[in-house]
Amino acid sequence: MTEKIVITGIGASSPLGGTARESWDALLRGESGAATLAHEWVAEYDLPVHFAAEAAVRPDTVLDRPKAKRLDPSSQFAVVSAIEAWEDAGAPEVESERLGVDYATGIGGVWTLLDAWDTLRERGPRRVMPMTVPMLMPNAPSAAVSMHFEARAYARTVASACASSTESIVSAYEHLQAGLADVVIAGGSESAIHPITVAAFSSMQALSRRNDDPATASRPYDVTRDGFVMGEGAAALVLEKESHARARGARIYAELAGGGITADSYHITAPEPEGLGASRAVHIALEAAGADPSQVTHVNAHATSTPVGDVAEVRAMHRVFGDRVKDIPVSATKAAHGHLLGGTGALEAVFTALAISERTAPPTINVTEQDPDAPLHISGTPIPLGDGEQLAISNSFGFGGHNAVIALRSV
Amino acid sequence: MAHTQDEVLAGLAELVKEETGIATESVQLDKSFTDDLDIDSISMMTIVVDAEEKFGVKIPDDQVQNLVTVKDAVDFIVGAQSE
Repeated sequence: MTEKIVITGIGASSPLGGTARESWDALLRGESGAATLAHEWVAEYDLPVHFAAEAAVRPDTVLDRPKAKRLDPSSQFAVVSAIEAWEDAGAPEVESERLGVDYATGIGGVWTLLDAWDTLRERGPRRVMPMTVPMLMPNAPSAAVSMHFEARAYARTVASACASSTESIVSAYEHLQAGLADVVIAGGSESAIHPITVAAFSSMQALSRRNDDPATASRPYDVTRDGFVMGEGAAALVLEKESHARARGARIYAELAGGGITADSYHITAPEPEGLGASRAVHIALEAAGADPSQVTHVNAHATSTPVGDVAEVRAMHRVFGDRVKDIPVSATKAAHGHLLGGTGALEAVFTALAISERTAPPTINVTEQDPDAPLHISGTPIPLGDGEQLAISNSFGFGGHNAVIALRSV
Repeated sequence: MAHTQDEVLAGLAELVKEETGIATESVQLDKSFTDDLDIDSISMMTIVVDAEEKFGVKIPDDQVQNLVTVKDAVDFIVGAQSE
């Protein structure tokens, strides 16, 4: 007998705001988190892309200094978002051995690694910080959250590039379903807006070059889309067995009804063009939810604003929903917050939970001429979802051919 | 110019505060780094390397284990300055 899993807390530190609520409100207002980068290194290295969606609030201004000093920014964001989610959930009383952490990152502590390399070259090995390795390792955000909350059921790090934190939520769902924990803090984090990553994503032609107008650069489904906008930050969800949440009278945003992961095994960066793997992930998530595609009322799309990726996802959705795909309110929120890589799925899961609980699909900004190959129901303003039962999916896909989908249901 | 014992203590207390957040007035000569100040080995190594730079001395790795109290560290740094 499986038990329902519910979302009882949300947290985010994103380009749209320092909290989940601030981020959501800015999203509904149609704001963009992208701006020209003020760092000297943009000119120093003559980078072809001059902008990104940096987090609205630096995490080291929220955490106390000794704690922040031992954490890479990716872990700082993780802890900040997890604390907010935990408090939002009402700080549930749970045994340490029944509290888990499933916290992802796509890249890990890139700033720590490359700062240490600079230190080694300029000042020698003696000045390389002893905390370098525990700060740069990809499981550092998960470990930091686990240690902060004394979570001892498990602490896992999924690394599947831009699918990472959606897959973390799937992993948490499976752990809770298996009875291995009562409460799990799940999420993802990224802080990788670094000259190396900007240069590397630029050289693979993945980033928008709209340097003259950063706020409109991320434009999923627009005919003039030319790449994604790098984002930064973290988001977290408190996931809980329904019986545990009901027993303590917790507020429930939505049910985490199912999750699915698949692999394309097609190309290291390009999505399989017919959306076969992505559509299978949707089917698996819906099957776990005991639902049918005809019941889906909202989609938070992966939609990064790349020419190829956006239409591959549309094909996947068409495979699942048929012509009804034109009628389902779709939100491509990366238009506003950019692409948080390993943190993006968790942020979009937070927005999907809020969309369901507030019955409002957030806007997809910056679309002036919708691509005829993406005949979806999108809007530059919020779309009311109505009073009936809501079933939403949130898609994430990552380099390496990783597909992860979660299904959320209204309660 | 060589630093006095008081100056080294004050400077060391600043480094401890920077690394751990422990108030400077808690860093007194008779305090043990591990038992009284609860400083772990990783923070200790960071403080040692910071102290080397601040006071222009070398503290060999095999000496660090002998720096049990704040006084041990202050005496070592004051002595190393004169070498």
